[in-house]
Amino acid sequence: MAIDLIKREYRTISSISGPLVFVEKVTGASLGEMCSVVLGSGEKRTGQILQLMGTTAIVQVLQGTSGIDPEAARVFPTGEAARIGVSKDLFGRVMNGFGVPIDGLPPIIPDEYLDINGLPMNPASREKPDFFVQTGISAIDGLNTLVRGQKLPIFSGAGLPAKELALQIVRQAKVAETGDFAVILGAMGITSREGFFFRKSLQESGALERTIAFINEVSDPTIERLFTPRIALTVAEYLAFERGYHVMVILTDMTSYCESLREIGSAREEIPGRRSYPGYMYTDLATLYERAGRLKGKKGSVTLMPILTMPDDDITHPIPDLTGYITEGQIVLSRALHRKGIYPPIEVLPCLSRLMTLGIGKGKTREGHRAISDQLYSAYARGIDVRRLVTIVGEEGLSDLDRRYLEFADEFERKFVGQLDEDRSIDATLDLGLELLKSVPEGESVRRK
Amino acid sequence: MTEKKGKIYGVAGPTVLVKGMSGPVMNTVCLVGRQGLLGEIIRVKGDFATLQVYEDTSGISVGEEVVSYGLPLSVTLGPGLLAGIFDGIQRPLEKIRLAAGGFIPRGIKIEAIDRERLWEFAPLKKKGDPVEPGDIIGTVQETPRIVHKIMVPPGSSGTITEIKSGMVSGKEHVCMLSTGKSIGLFQEWPVRIPRPFKSKLPPTTPFITGQRVFDTLLPVAEGGTAIVPGGFGTGKTVVEQTIAKFSKSDIVVYVGCGERGNEMSEILSDFPALSDPASGLPLSQRTVIVVNTSNMPVAAREASIFTGITIAEYFRDMGYSVAMLADSISRWAEALREISSRLEEMPGEEGFPPYLATQLGIFYERSGKVRCLGADERTGSVTVISAVSPPGGDFSEPVTQASLRFAGTLWALDPDLAYRRHFPAVNWLASFSLYHSELGGWFSGNVAEDMARLRRKLFTLLQRQTELRDIIQIIGVEALQESDRLTLEVANIATESFLKQSAFSEVDAFNTYEKQYWMLKAIFAYMESAEAALRRGVYIETILENPAASSLAAMKEMANEGFSKKASELIRDIESEFAILDEK
Ligand SMILES: Nc1ncnc2c1ncn2[C@@H]1O[C@H](COP(=O)(O)OP(=O)(O)OP(=O)(O)O)[C@@H](O)[C@H]1O
Ligand SMILES: [Mg+2]
Repeated sequence: MAIDLIKREYRTISSISGPLVFVEKVTGASLGEMCSVVLGSGEKRTGQILQLMGTTAIVQVLQGTSGIDPEAARVFPTGEAARIGVSKDLFGRVMNGFGVPIDGLPPIIPDEYLDINGLPMNPASREKPDFFVQTGISAIDGLNTLVRGQKLPIFSGAGLPAKELALQIVRQAKVAETGDFAVILGAMGITSREGFFFRKSLQESGALERTIAFINEVSDPTIERLFTPRIALTVAEYLAFERGYHVMVILTDMTSYCESLREIGSAREEIPGRRSYPGYMYTDLATLYERAGRLKGKKGSVTLMPILTMPDDDITHPIPDLTGYITEGQIVLSRALHRKGIYPPIEVLPCLSRLMTLGIGKGKTREGHRAISDQLYSAYARGIDVRRLVTIVGEEGLSDLDRRYLEFADEFERKFVGQLDEDRSIDATLDLGLELLKSVPEGESVRRK
Repeated sequence: MTEKKGKIYGVAGPTVLVKGMSGPVMNTVCLVGRQGLLGEIIRVKGDFATLQVYEDTSGISVGEEVVSYGLPLSVTLGPGLLAGIFDGIQRPLEKIRLAAGGFIPRGIKIEAIDRERLWEFAPLKKKGDPVEPGDIIGTVQETPRIVHKIMVPPGSSGTITEIKSGMVSGKEHVCMLSTGKSIGLFQEWPVRIPRPFKSKLPPTTPFITGQRVFDTLLPVAEGGTAIVPGGFGTGKTVVEQTIAKFSKSDIVVYVGCGERGNEMSEILSDFPALSDPASGLPLSQRTVIVVNTSNMPVAAREASIFTGITIAEYFRDMGYSVAMLADSISRWAEALREISSRLEEMPGEEGFPPYLATQLGIFYERSGKVRCLGADERTGSVTVISAVSPPGGDFSEPVTQASLRFAGTLWALDPDLAYRRHFPAVNWLASFSLYHSELGGWFSGNVAEDMARLRRKLFTLLQRQTELRDIIQIIGVEALQESDRLTLEVANIATESFLKQSAFSEVDAFNTYEKQYWMLKAIFAYMESAEAALRRGVYIETILENPAASSLAAMKEMANEGFSKKASELIRDIESEFAILDEK
């Protein structure tokens, strides 16, 4: 991290609230400046100035305030914003959520230090994302196509296989990807078992030498989680726009991130928004998610796949809700499909890829792709309606046609959505879709086209 | 202009507290700190002034200087606006890109419109002519499509003592008045003050969107307001963009307020290549984009809709019909909330400031069809169409509710329809238009005498569809009466073949009123023939299997041109196909 430039020292902590310390008689400090907080014991922690009012500075302490004695602790503003040292030597490395190596190897020698908040991308500088990424997953490639530079989250529920899916996508996309491919993992509040799983899977997929991991585990400081995605995205921007890589960033679990945000908000006694998350959570999440994209005149791209756990499987909860309002679609996992043993358990109807239109069609995937996708959607939606009807009126009330739709919905879930660890080409996906459509009237209109 | 100075006392998020500025004036702009960031005074209390800062405040220190020149936040209005892309405080993003590359650095200052550029000014007045505010003294052909009218600014009048002709730049005057006032190509106008006009006019002409569900079922008037609430992914942005592309307006001001950057890159790359249906010229030539994406500073997001509507009013004043598209007004409200909470104001519902509804009202009321200033009695209009993003898709929240009070048309988007890819995902029964009676005369005079009747018939049919669907949920479709099954079938045809409209299909994306009318004619001709056949004793199954229905589905992909002729043929075919069906 940033170099310590210790110039000033304050022994003036007046109060402590949650992860925040209030420091008095501060002069010359600036908003967002990093500080060292040295405890009486000599233990050194990291802080950041969140607010300045007169000579009072509010400092959030990454490692928490437990054990801080206001009489004995000293605060040293460093004169630096939060920055991360970057270079290609980061490949293969594992760092904690604040960018400090935890793999037993020495820190890298950075080419440059970058502000982890980055700067907003100029909308006029963005290149339209239109390059198809084959993930090998039919429900994605066929129906909710991913393109380079897109931000496409996975909405998961507790215990659903979101990370398995994310890793499968990384593994399979890597095969199809032609350019320089890199993977960045930013993990917030994951269990050590999950951490181990990620590392092991990336290693097995042979992607490790193209992977950089920032891992904050459940037992690590919660405030550190606010830094992890920013650090991951800063490195991603560097690799994409200065080194020409196509970077896939996986952030998991955004729900833990949002909880840390809420913690800071309540420590600052802010007026909370919905379900006690801060009113500015939309803006805060946007400053992360919007860092995905492509830039005019630059070779690389940042594709972002955040994973979040919907509390109570509720898609209207502020975390998935605000995410969906920012990202370019969403992949939603379903407990019902998971229980049926379907993998990946993607609940197709609420899924969306807003950039799909740009990435499909002749020369990209295949002519007629849109029509196949639309007809699969409409037939499946109808099948689901019939399924609902059956629970009320029973099978007897159904017409022949209804029965065909019912059967279609079952087949579609089993064969098209369910694919286990098969890596399907886009052609295989679309052919399968056409095959399934044969049993319903929708099939005719696709063939007509 | 008097210069006032103070010192930064505190910084919290996008707000800065300034001490010791003698006599700070509300809503005037300041340069903040070493980096000279732009800010606006939004509260004055004793020796303190609070500023909302239009750029990221990190790095600001207590004690840095703040300077005010006593000017309100204003936009520059003049030739060069069209095809432009600006941030929330009208900084030119294309020029920033050329100067700074991919990202927007802080404190960058580039003037909104190039003042050096020369324009061919064609005077319409001559020396000695008396002029009043709003009078057009001359014109500039800004784009091949749009004539930019140079107007006497509000508040100025007199006799012309000098008027130029030919190439002039924005830096010089084109006209001098007897009062000593000089008029140039450019005007400045404070964004928070509505531009004046003579009077408002009743909305009697429709704002034509080319979208069937809107134009036919839920029209908005020129100068009216429509709101488009819907959860994420229900199609608000596609509605806004489709209207930006195909609506029959002279000028489109598109405000991307707190939304996605990639959506803007789509517009930027598509609009120069797309041509507008009326003139055939590139869409970008009639479009001004104001964009403050979700990751750009939140205070500038708050300003963006005012910047946008001021530009819209300016073109309205020239006598144009302007579409002001805001995506999304909720992000503006959230910016307001964020700033308000930094001021520690007493929050109202869901943390929004109590003045949310008032502020929203002020914004929506800047729409309208007006008699413009100026002696020539021209009229112009600003039609506001704004997206609303209710949290959790729940319309009972404050921003949707407050917007509803000011909306003449509601296009309520429904996630259920979006999930099944029925677009535009407008829930036709939950939506409304208050303009039907005012527009009635226009419809019968310009589309067809029976247009209103067909619309009502369609609406009744759709209501019946909902009832029948509820019944099926209880008894199953087989148990329905035959006539009801037929009604349901026709309603489904209307839903699929008329209401559903793909924004991505070249032919289907835009429909003239004439085509919409004839499509309805054909659908109801089918209904009548089928009903007659049923009455005659033809089996319902035979009727439902009649391929006539699929020829109705094919209407979408038929061109607007010459559609009425094709539709008449289609109606004849349908009638004869039903006539030959055998009875039981
Ligand atoms: N008229 C349409 N024709 C075809 N597809 C559409 C249409 N409207 C919406 N869609 C589909 O729905 C997707 C989501 O639409 P859109 O981005 O407009 O949603 P939104 O309501 O603006 O969401 P958000 O609030 O998150 O911005 C589009 O990417 C497109 O795939
Ligand atoms: Mg949108």
